[in-house]
Amino acid sequence: MITVEHLTKCYGSFMAIDDLSFEIEEGHVYGFLGPNGAGKSTTMNIMTGCLSATSGTVRIAGHDILEEPETVKKLIGYLPEHPPLYMNETPLEYLRFVGEAKGLRGTELRQQVNAVIQQAGLSQVQNRLISALSKGYQQRVGIAQALLGNPRVIILDEPTVGLDPIQIIEIRDLVKQLGKKHTVIFSSHILSEVQAICEQVLIISNGKLVAFDTPENLERLLTQSGDIFLRTYASAEEADTILGNMEQFSNWESTVQEDGSLAVLIRADGNKIRELCCQIFFAFAERKKAIFEMSSKKASLEEVFLELTEESKRGDAAEEHLISKDGANLCDDEEAEQ
Amino acid sequence: MIAVLKHELRGYFYSLAAYLFCAFLLAFIGVGAMLYNIQSSVANFELVLKFVCIGLVIILPVLTMRVMAEEKKQKTDQLLYALPLKPLQIILGKYFALLLIFLIPIMIIAVYPLVFARFGEVYLPTAYGSLLAFYLLGAAIIAIGMFISSLTENQGFAAGISIPFLLLNFYSVKLAEHISSTPFGTLVALSVLVAAVALLVRHLTKNENLSYGIFLAGILCLGITFFFNSALFEGLLPKVMAQLSLFSRFYIFVDGVFDLTAVVFFLSVIIFFLFLSTQSLEKRRYN
Repeated sequence: MITVEHLTKCYGSFMAIDDLSFEIEEGHVYGFLGPNGAGKSTTMNIMTGCLSATSGTVRIAGHDILEEPETVKKLIGYLPEHPPLYMNETPLEYLRFVGEAKGLRGTELRQQVNAVIQQAGLSQVQNRLISALSKGYQQRVGIAQALLGNPRVIILDEPTVGLDPIQIIEIRDLVKQLGKKHTVIFSSHILSEVQAICEQVLIISNGKLVAFDTPENLERLLTQSGDIFLRTYASAEEADTILGNMEQFSNWESTVQEDGSLAVLIRADGNKIRELCCQIFFAFAERKKAIFEMSSKKASLEEVFLELTEESKRGDAAEEHLISKDGANLCDDEEAEQ
Repeated sequence: MIAVLKHELRGYFYSLAAYLFCAFLLAFIGVGAMLYNIQSSVANFELVLKFVCIGLVIILPVLTMRVMAEEKKQKTDQLLYALPLKPLQIILGKYFALLLIFLIPIMIIAVYPLVFARFGEVYLPTAYGSLLAFYLLGAAIIAIGMFISSLTENQGFAAGISIPFLLLNFYSVKLAEHISSTPFGTLVALSVLVAAVALLVRHLTKNENLSYGIFLAGILCLGITFFFNSALFEGLLPKVMAQLSLFSRFYIFVDGVFDLTAVVFFLSVIIFFLFLSTQSLEKRRYN
């Protein structure tokens, strides 16, 4: 559907995108992930013909964006980072203008405008001035605008930035729905979001593609270093004896908690975390020592992301870590026992 | 193009800009008509237009200042780039919207000579010839204002550049009389002009080598020509300034001559500045 080949964009001596190549297939939701300033918006602007590339080509459904800009632009609906809204118009007027500019006329125009107003949930506010709408509604008007003309590809640049949690969930649901009919490319610097919505993830750092895979596969990249955490009423010595008898691992730390229980963190090598959990459970059970909490931690997409962008952007990556704490929790594979 | 045109027109009428513009222009013309036609009992309506044309220098740039600058400021230009429209369609849509708004007061004014004709002898061909020239003059000023607006994202700045630029053009014939016509003076002035063109090119293309190249080539050409044939520069600058004056072309019509070369001149200015505006719009994609 979309082929990007050797895309490079220089601003003076600064290289915003450095030889980027990837291919996107029809009918999936793709996540575009990267720290701030990684080149996400630049790439999207080039893909939609809003910006020219220094070198390289973008083809959408076989049409080159430079050679046939009008044909390509009809195939794309684009929501830039700042929704391009005329503040002194109502959503209805604004959408009519965009529809007309996309070549819709008469009843077709009316039907499509009504359809996108329904789809984006704007019917209540369609006659209010856009300047009077909340950020969430303005964002929806922006998305509705991208949907007009029934484009095959929808490109959304950070559609959830600056919204409150409820609005974020609504927009995410909308994006998921869109993914059923259209190819959706959606950028974010929030990992949990990408993990929740996207079927494929592209990670960009410093203008380079560092990973392109499903969220699950990317997680699997780092599951080798999975940890097992458990809490028990056994004493430290007893735990050491039990764990010492097991051959699968040799590295653990135990600390006595305030309530007298013992917390143990086991660094398990290999990726058969679940089997290990069972073995540890039975080993403790044999000695009649109860485990009242046990969890295995898989590496989250976040850790994959940090790992991949570590060398190039240490500072930015750390910031991401803070922003998306919830991302880590989402994929913790918690298995409490007893 | 039609979509952009309709959208622009709606914008002007919502923001009162169109009403204010029409009101100011009609008020100017009304004062002129009162002074010349009613109080002094002169039957020549074209004199009113001659009196009012300085007003265009102020009110047209105020009308055109937002046309491109505001799009950039509100980041709505991104939408225009993403829509399946050619830059030329966007520019023409916006330009024709402005022309239509300018046409409204002109249509009202067009009634005046007919009214005056009921009370005396009015030579209508000159009056309507001048009105057409007045419209063409305005259309050229709108094209210039639109180009200047496309260079910046600050409306005030767009008007602040357009008005002095047009004032300079308005007084260029008078200024030309006082300007040094010696070959060396002309050489200096043309060098400054070359530098200004090079700066504009630098702003438009962000390409330093190209602008230096243009500057050096221009200076070199001027230097060589001056060295071999300095007589060529004699009185050249005042001549060029007088030639470029939009307003002196308009005065020809007021004097009762329907000058086709002036019509061609106005149309060339319009096409030239619309072309520059398109390039300016296109250029933003290359930054």
